[in-house]
Amino acid sequence: MLINVNMTINGKAVSGQVEARTLLVEFIRDHQKLTGTHVGCDTTQCGCCTVHVDGKAVKSCTMLAVQASGKEILTIEGLAKADGTLHPVQEAFREHHGLQCGFCTPGMVMVGVDICRRHPNADEQTVRHELEGNICRCTGYQGIVEAIVDASAKMAGGQA
Amino acid sequence: MGQYGIGQPVRRKEDVRLLTGKGSYTDDVNFDGQVWAAFVRSPQAHAKILSIDTSAAKAAPGVVAVFTGSDMKADGVGTLITDVEFKDLAGKDMFRPKRDFMTIDRVRFVGEMVAVVLAETQAQAKAGAELVMVDYDALPAVGSTAFAAASNSPVIWEEHGSNVGVHWENRPEAEIEAHMAKAKTRVVVDIVNNRVVPNPMEPRCAVAKWDNDELTIYAPTQGGRRIQQGLAKIVMNLPADKVRVISADVGGGFGIRGKLYPELGVVSWATRKIGRPVKWRGDRSETFVSDYHGRDQINHAELGLDANGRVVALKVWTIVNCGAYFAENGPRLPINGGGRIIPGVYDIENFYFSVKPVLSNTVPTDTYRGAGRPEANFLMERLMDAAADATGLARDEIRRRNVIRQDQMPYRTQMGMLIDSGDFIGNMDMAMKAADWAGFEARRAESAKRGKLRGIGLSNFVEPSGGRPTEEMRIQVTPEGKAVVYAGTHSHGQGHETVWAQLIQTFLGIPFENVSLIQGDTKIMPKEAAGTFGSRSSWMGGVGLQRSAKRIVEKGTKIAANLMQAEPEKVSFDAGVFSAGTSSVTLAEVAKASYELKNLPDGVEPGLDESYFLKRDPEEFNYPNGTHVIEVEVDPDLGKIEMLNYIAVDDCGKVLNPFIVHGQVYGGVAQGIGQAMTEMTVYDDEGQLVTGSFMDYGMPRAHHLSMIDALFNEVPCKTNDLGVKGAGEAGACGAPGAFVSAVCDALKGFGIRHIDMPLTPDRVWTAIQKAKAAKAA
Ligand code: FES
Ligand code: FES
Repeated sequence: MLINVNMTINGKAVSGQVEARTLLVEFIRDHQKLTGTHVGCDTTQCGCCTVHVDGKAVKSCTMLAVQASGKEILTIEGLAKADGTLHPVQEAFREHHGLQCGFCTPGMVMVGVDICRRHPNADEQTVRHELEGNICRCTGYQGIVEAIVDASAKMAGGQA
Repeated sequence: MGQYGIGQPVRRKEDVRLLTGKGSYTDDVNFDGQVWAAFVRSPQAHAKILSIDTSAAKAAPGVVAVFTGSDMKADGVGTLITDVEFKDLAGKDMFRPKRDFMTIDRVRFVGEMVAVVLAETQAQAKAGAELVMVDYDALPAVGSTAFAAASNSPVIWEEHGSNVGVHWENRPEAEIEAHMAKAKTRVVVDIVNNRVVPNPMEPRCAVAKWDNDELTIYAPTQGGRRIQQGLAKIVMNLPADKVRVISADVGGGFGIRGKLYPELGVVSWATRKIGRPVKWRGDRSETFVSDYHGRDQINHAELGLDANGRVVALKVWTIVNCGAYFAENGPRLPINGGGRIIPGVYDIENFYFSVKPVLSNTVPTDTYRGAGRPEANFLMERLMDAAADATGLARDEIRRRNVIRQDQMPYRTQMGMLIDSGDFIGNMDMAMKAADWAGFEARRAESAKRGKLRGIGLSNFVEPSGGRPTEEMRIQVTPEGKAVVYAGTHSHGQGHETVWAQLIQTFLGIPFENVSLIQGDTKIMPKEAAGTFGSRSSWMGGVGLQRSAKRIVEKGTKIAANLMQAEPEKVSFDAGVFSAGTSSVTLAEVAKASYELKNLPDGVEPGLDESYFLKRDPEEFNYPNGTHVIEVEVDPDLGKIEMLNYIAVDDCGKVLNPFIVHGQVYGGVAQGIGQAMTEMTVYDDEGQLVTGSFMDYGMPRAHHLSMIDALFNEVPCKTNDLGVKGAGEAGACGAPGAFVSAVCDALKGFGIRHIDMPLTPDRVWTAIQKAKAAKAA
């Protein structure tokens, strides 16, 4: 049996018919063809699938599409401004070498934005602790941590 | 060369694409009419297959077809076999078992493929796979490395009669024992080098399509040429040019993604069989039981020292667990990968080395970041620490007395390698200074006041880099004066899009932003493309580009001479401009002219498009080296270790882009710290993989690591024109030794001198309790 879902993704109203078991990440990737959001595990550990649901970071592999119905979703594709200007967190990742292969990156950036929102002027230890749910195999986290610390300071300083 | 030349910390070109969700990974590829593949994998570690009943699966909703290994075999599909051949001292050959793409009558590890189900949706394929009934007759299994080598263990390959593939030795032991007998001090270490699961963040995936009598397959690889050749020959029975392998963005390689995995063979064969595109999206659980694993050695070693603390002889016995089959490079890793460099940075003339590659009921092991060199360097560093204890010399002093000095370079190791350059004493001085080694005792005392045990450790390393000895790179200058690099190398995180553009700007003066990169498509990559692994790209790719650029200039000179009406000998080239006397013409103008016949001198072909097939002596490598120092604090009540400070001094030769090379160091260090601190692959006695997901397997997370201070002690390599040395694997070589040394330094009050990796809180706490009990007794 298929169920109707309606939600806003990156500011655009979308709808679709899904099975009850369809995950939000499957709806985003397979139905909406927004392939920036990645799947890196099957146990809710890696965070590659992180998106924002009503402004909060959520692992989209751990939420059903039907649960997201009526909600506001932001994926990595919707983060930069329409004119291509990067979000301060994206810009900081570029500046601090926060990515190598890029696979964990969309999730890292989305969680990074959430960290900056909750922790203005976040320090290194806060960021490391907050990244508990996101795994990167390439960078040793160094550039990621630096990027989020930097972006959080800049955003708190109103430069964003 | 301005802000984009060689040596500049240029920000990466690839980043904006990857930061905005515009990457193109294999799972982003779909074809109309595709079916989904799901594999039936063995839940048994070791069993005979009595029967496979596919009828229920075939009847399930959406299922299109179900195939087994017998179906592939009946179609003439061949088998996989290791590249490696060794002999023992008596001349007997290593046993080389063949691997079917899906096993037919026996399973030898949990996760081995038995059948494939193809269905309209992924869910239907997975449901169908559940319905394939395999009747197994379980056999006793071998899950542990030590047991695999034991005389009473079950034998995995009956036709060989033993789990030991070969007993390889570099020379008779007695020759070295003669030297060892003269030692004043003998130290012995026993070390387990733990098995790790490489786990690139992108799970494996493949999309295959049979069209117009050609196969196209998308998959994450490290350069698809060898996979293309293998698929064409072994699976498809086609000329290689009828097989196209495409790897656009790849979510991490680490050595293990460069392989012809059986899944690739199955989907390739299946798409032709059913005439529809086939997609397989592996999940993380499949990564754990089907991607090759890394490391997994047991080492026993003995070092003999004279009265001055100089090593007189070294003997090493290694058992390497290669899993159920010898993979492409499996048995080679301790011998050619690491063993060749076992004396490490140390000047040791007398060396006996015994290696037994063993087969067991586990996932095969193969090249993983460092591929034998982290194991070799770790062993040497544990020996040096033990030698420091035994002689009463400080840990740095025992090393200073034994390292190869700069005036001994080029240094021929007893295993025949020629180390061209390196400043091993300088590395130690620089790292110890940066770490304020001299001031450490005050910090230790301060920690002690808080009830914490502080320790500091160091490790030296050197690691031959370069991988396979050939590579081809091509530069096309377009009529607009832009450059397109067709690379044989493959970037999957290393930032080649950026670094190759820096090189082109340096060599040809074409602006950085006007250089683009084409890679990862066997149809358009250079014929002799090899790929990226073994920390080889800066050398093989970089020098390949340098020589291609030289050819561009040579040809451009002829055309420019013609345009300027000058003698070619009078034409010089600098920063994108050809000049002769007072006239000059830009490379862009020459490029444009090169495509117009009227401008070409006699005998010059149109276009400005040159490639270079780079061959180096197969025995010639470069030698990245360094010293890493780590400071830790141990909580004796919890066994928990906190990393406080990490100094990495690396000699990567000439650094092309420090920003990117630092990234390589950090990543390598994190994988080394992962192995040393958190990553433990556990097989139980029945051969079941206990750590089969991120819930059970300790991937290093952000909070396990501290900031890493990466410094360069740059000594240009003498054996290549760019002076570069590898960088990708150095961190993984340096970190484990320094980490264990630091923790053992913290625990020296308990008399604890070694703990096997990973140093989890449980292991550290247990070691402390044992030491306390022993003291009380
Ligand atoms: S895919 Fe969602 S946490 Fe790993
Ligand atoms: S950049 Fe590759 S996994 Fe994080």
